[in-house]
Amino acid sequence: MTEDEIRQDIRQHLKEAIEGQRVMLFMKGTPDTPRCGFSARMVGMLDSLGADYAAMDILPHPLIREELSELSGWPTIPQLFVASELVGGCDIATEMFESGELAQALGVEQPVAPEPAAAEASQEPRPIQIGE
Amino acid sequence: MPSTEDMKERIERALPGSEATVTDLTGGGDHLRAEVVYDGFTGLSRIEQHKLVYDVFGDEIGGPIHALSIKAVVPPAE
Repeated sequence: MTEDEIRQDIRQHLKEAIEGQRVMLFMKGTPDTPRCGFSARMVGMLDSLGADYAAMDILPHPLIREELSELSGWPTIPQLFVASELVGGCDIATEMFESGELAQALGVEQPVAPEPAAAEASQEPRPIQIGE
Repeated sequence: MPSTEDMKERIERALPGSEATVTDLTGGGDHLRAEVVYDGFTGLSRIEQHKLVYDVFGDEIGGPIHALSIKAVVPPAE
């Protein structure tokens, strides 16, 4: 495969994931083993809301991240999509989590006391990888 | 890697009238936080607000600037 073909292939997969999953998270690592503190925090928020979501690890190939950012116009990871729309990265999701807007966007009930879960989720479980 | 002072100046130059506070969260220069108060954020979605700040640094995000956390604030009406 040429690089162009690989890019097209990746882009097709990304589009299918964004359009095919109601809640789609692109992250570094997996929900069980996040490889970046920001991705870990996003997973923590989604899990604490009990949201159903699909996740894709962008680390296996550098072109995945390039093509995703090209598609979304968003430079950083993680990226959360709901109903094919970019909701945001970790900062925006955190603001929305704290205000209850994230639960609303996901169509789930906001837990009575979200703060402890958010605090727990914000502890970075492992060092951030630099220059992946 | 740009300094926090350098980043503050670039944000304020790119978004006229804005006030930016850039802090180095870890002291290592790789986890930065920019709090930006800017009139031009008014009426924009959060995504659009954050993109305005990201756009100041373009390809440097994810490169020399590993992680930039953003808080976009609309100044209170006077």
